Formats: sequence, structure tokens, C-alpha cells
Amino acid sequence: MNILCAGLNHQNAPVEIREKFAIGGSDLGETLAAVRTIDGLSGAVILSTCNRVEFYASSVCPVRAFDGLKELLHERTGYDAPLYFHDTPRSVRHLFRVASGLDSMVLGETEILGQVKKAYSSAAELGATTTHLNKLFQHAFRVAKHVRTETQITRGATSVGSVAVELAGKIFGDLTGRRIMILGAGDTSERTARSLVSRGVKTVIVSNRTFDRAARLAEEIGGLAIHFDHWQNAFSDVDILICSTAAPHPIITAEKLQPLLRERGGRPLFVIDLAVPRDVEPSVNELEGVFLYDIDSLEGIVRQSLDIRRGDLVRCEQMITDHVGAFVSWLRRHHEISR
Amino acid sequence: MDRLLLIAATLCFLASFGYTLYALGAGRFTPGRVNFVAILTGFFFQTGFLYLRGQAEGSCPLNTLFDVLIFQSWALVLIYLLVGPTYRLSLLGAFTAPLAFFLILIALIAPINSAPVRRVVTSPWIELHAAFSIIAYGAFGLAGIAGVMYLVQERQLKNHKASPLLYNLPPINDLAVANHRLVWLGFGLLTFGFAAGFASSMPVNTTKFWASSSLWLIYGALLVLARLRSLAPRRLAVLSIGVFGLAMVALPGIQYLSSRP
Repeated sequence: MNILCAGLNHQNAPVEIREKFAIGGSDLGETLAAVRTIDGLSGAVILSTCNRVEFYASSVCPVRAFDGLKELLHERTGYDAPLYFHDTPRSVRHLFRVASGLDSMVLGETEILGQVKKAYSSAAELGATTTHLNKLFQHAFRVAKHVRTETQITRGATSVGSVAVELAGKIFGDLTGRRIMILGAGDTSERTARSLVSRGVKTVIVSNRTFDRAARLAEEIGGLAIHFDHWQNAFSDVDILICSTAAPHPIITAEKLQPLLRERGGRPLFVIDLAVPRDVEPSVNELEGVFLYDIDSLEGIVRQSLDIRRGDLVRCEQMITDHVGAFVSWLRRHHEISR
Repeated sequence: MDRLLLIAATLCFLASFGYTLYALGAGRFTPGRVNFVAILTGFFFQTGFLYLRGQAEGSCPLNTLFDVLIFQSWALVLIYLLVGPTYRLSLLGAFTAPLAFFLILIALIAPINSAPVRRVVTSPWIELHAAFSIIAYGAFGLAGIAGVMYLVQERQLKNHKASPLLYNLPPINDLAVANHRLVWLGFGLLTFGFAAGFASSMPVNTTKFWASSSLWLIYGALLVLARLRSLAPRRLAVLSIGVFGLAMVALPGIQYLSSRP
């Protein structure tokens, strides 16, 4: 028995092509049933996400099954799918890499594991899996867990918003009940604030030169709008300050901040400066208890996180190689016993 | 037998320290169970040693500088085991193990008398005074370690470095809280130790009294200033490291003075 993997992903097909072959939840049962009628194919799992559409199947004759699959997809969409094709052991390796996030657009992302789990459980519920596929997917989940816990592949945040959340966690620990002030109601500051609110930040104060815009944003995210001239009055309780005004010069200087810090009783202050030109003078980072991050430093952390992940890629691949070996041995043993 | 227990404890702390260095070298700074088990095992060996030592000396084993160093190391680990899990500061163990190890190592290799010295217990208050005073320094030691962790984490955050250390060290705010509370704990224990000393009505060595009182006053001043918000967490971290360092340097002197009539 062989494990077949065929599909297309972000590496070999642009979104215009991928969307033509995407299989939604409502089509899954019907598509799986059609796939299982392909000659030489005994069971199948379909993984369809925004970045990939993949078919995993157990088959006695993978090449014939692959041709059948291509024909089926052509019939259903009217297009020739630019499918890649892997046979055992490469198919096993491919699934293990996918489940571990090594084949993802953002290296090491963890959402894919949930999607693989969902694809497998949907196929299992529809009775489309076989002993080999069951064993393969269970093993894939173990591999993903092993890779995640033993390496740095999921380490760090990979977007500006998630970096801000992670840094806030490293400064304050629990974010519940923390207060944010937004100076300048821009899109990025709104997204960053939303990321923080999703982690338990309670109060959001929005201040903008145009008060209506501040009021609108405050209403959307459940905050409070104040006039731009009064932001300093509400500053003493703030833990996180997000700046993204269109001011041509820094609006926050060390000189201006120092007297305000005295009222804070040594509580740390996290300043996120998303504006270009910058709203906060760099020397503010030298003030005791103040942690200033501008857009470059946040993006720098994204790059560092990706570098940390890439640095562990060789170890991940080695771990996967070991697991592929173990699975292929099981497959052979199982085949011999079955004979 | 007692010497063997001490060597076993030393090896446990060394193992924990070595594991931390290995994990750091491998870029996987994730100490946890390994460090904790090694430290816990070392603590049991140390406790066994101190029990046998106490039997041999017929009193709380704090009669020589050798005893004080071992007891100090034990107190440090005791406070870590009590406080570390409460504050979820598992990484504190990674920093505690080397300090506990070096204290025992100094005791073992320094040219000091390591033979048991028998002493007749005249008042239980004296034993409490000695024990609580040393355990207080265990808390101050741990406060110093939390201070070091605070400064390391602050450096990571200020320099915008996404290193494994940043992700594995506790949040800087938690470290500031732990640092402050450990100074409080040490101060409380030391105050009790002093009170027990006064209750025992033992003869007071003037130099020892003023040296110990100065340390008590310095820690008290730190807490008052922190309470008045005149001492930012960073300064408390720096000062708790500095004052503990000073105490460690002063400890042999205090011990020498206390051994004189």
C-alpha cells in the first residue's frame, strides 16, 4: 500500500488558480465520495485552506490514482490543475512538513495544524479514511507536537500586531485590565489596539486631531475618545501608548514625558510608535521603565523571529526524517503482515 | 557520610547549572523540570548534611564559617523552592543553582576549618536568631537573583532583541514584583532573627551588632523608598544585587566577629 499526495499550494500556484480548486465545507462530502470512486484508490483526506488544496490517499497504484484525480478535477472545474505528486515516502514527509508548519507561507505558523486536524476528522466522519491514513495522520499530529516543543520553529511573532501583543506580555505579564491610549487613529494603530484588546486589555482611550474620527474609532473598539489637547491629562493611568499621528515632528519627547512618568509610580510604559515620520523621540527609550518600539524595531523583531525559526529548520527536517523512517517501517511491516 | 551528602548536593547543583549552560548554548533556554528536580535532589542531600552536622555539633549548625556558607546555600535553595513555584519563576532555579553551587564550593575548597565544633545550646532563641538571620539572607539572595533577571530582561526589551532569553525570562513587571516581595520577605525574616537575638539576652558583640544593623537599616530604607515611590523597580533591582553582594562580603567578617568572645 502506498500513500499518495497530490495538490497545489502557494509555492506552485497563485491565488487565482488556487481559488478555482478550493473545496468548501459544503462540497467536501460530495468531492470525497467522487475521489473514492477513482480506480486504485481506497481512502482519502482533502486539505483545503487559503494556501493549499491537497489530497492524501491510500492507493495500491498511485500513478493511476493520480491520473484519475487529475481527470476528476478537470471535470469539476474545467481547468487542468498544476498538481504536484508525491509517492511514499515523499508524500509522508510532505504531510509531516505541512502539519509542522514547515511548508507554510509564514514558516512555523501553527494554524495549519488545526486545519489538518479538521480535514482529517471531517474525512474520518464521512468514513473516507483507511487504517493507513488513520495511522499517517495520527503520526503527523505527533510529529507536529514534537517539532513544536523541541525546536524554536514557532518562536516569536511574525506580524507587527502580534509582536506588539507579545512584547506587551513580556512587559506586563497578564494584560487583563491594562489601559491603552491611541494617539492618532490610523489603520495600523487600530489593528494593533484590536490585537491587544483581544488579549484582555480593558480600557482604550483614543485621541485624534479630528475628534470625530477619534469618537468613531472609540465606539468601534469600545473605548473612550478625548480631545487631542487633553491627552496628557489621561496619561497617568495608561500602560500602553500607541502613536500614529501625521505630525511632521515628534510630539512626544523625553522632556515632555519625564514629569508625566513621575505620577506613574514606577509602572512600566510600553510605547508603540507606528508613525512615519516618528511621533516619539528615540531618546524616550532611555527613560527608566519606558520601552519604546518604532515601526522599524517591530519589523526588526518580526525578522529576528523568522531568523530564529529558520535557524532551527535543519533540526526540524532531521526530526521529520526520523519520523518518516518510523512510519515507512510501520507501513512495510503492516503490508507484510497483511500478506 | 556527611561529606558525601555535601558532595552529592554540590553535584546536583552543578548538574542543574550545567544543564542551563547547555540549554543556552543550544539556543533552547527552557529550563523547567530538569533544573527543578536537580535542585530538589540537591536540597535533600544538603538537608541530610545539615541534620548530621547539627547532631555532631549538638546545636544549629552555624558554628563556623564553613557551616554558615553551607547553611546560606541551603537557605537560598529553601526560599527558591518555597517562592519560585508561587511566582511561576521556574527560571529563578536556573540562576539559583549556580549561586548555591558556588557557596558550597567556596566552603569546600577555602582554607577554613570544616571540622564540627560542638556548642551547648543555652537558649532556643539563639538558635532561632542564627537560623532566621541566615534564611533571611537566602531571601535577599533570591531578591538579588530576581534583580539580575530584571536587568537582563530590561536589556533585551530596551535593545529590541527577540532572543530566546526574552521569550523565556518572565515578564519584567513580574520580576519587579518578585524582587520587591523577596526583599520584604528577607527583611521580615531578618527582623524576626533580630528580635529572637534580643529575646535570648545573649552577650552582644558591638561590631557584629552594628554591621548587622546597618544591613537591616539599608534593606529597610530600600523598602521605605520603594513604598514612597522614590525608588523605581530598576534601582531596587540594582540595589538588591549590590546590597546582597555587600552582605556576602561582610558575612565572613560578621562570622569571625561572632566567634570571638
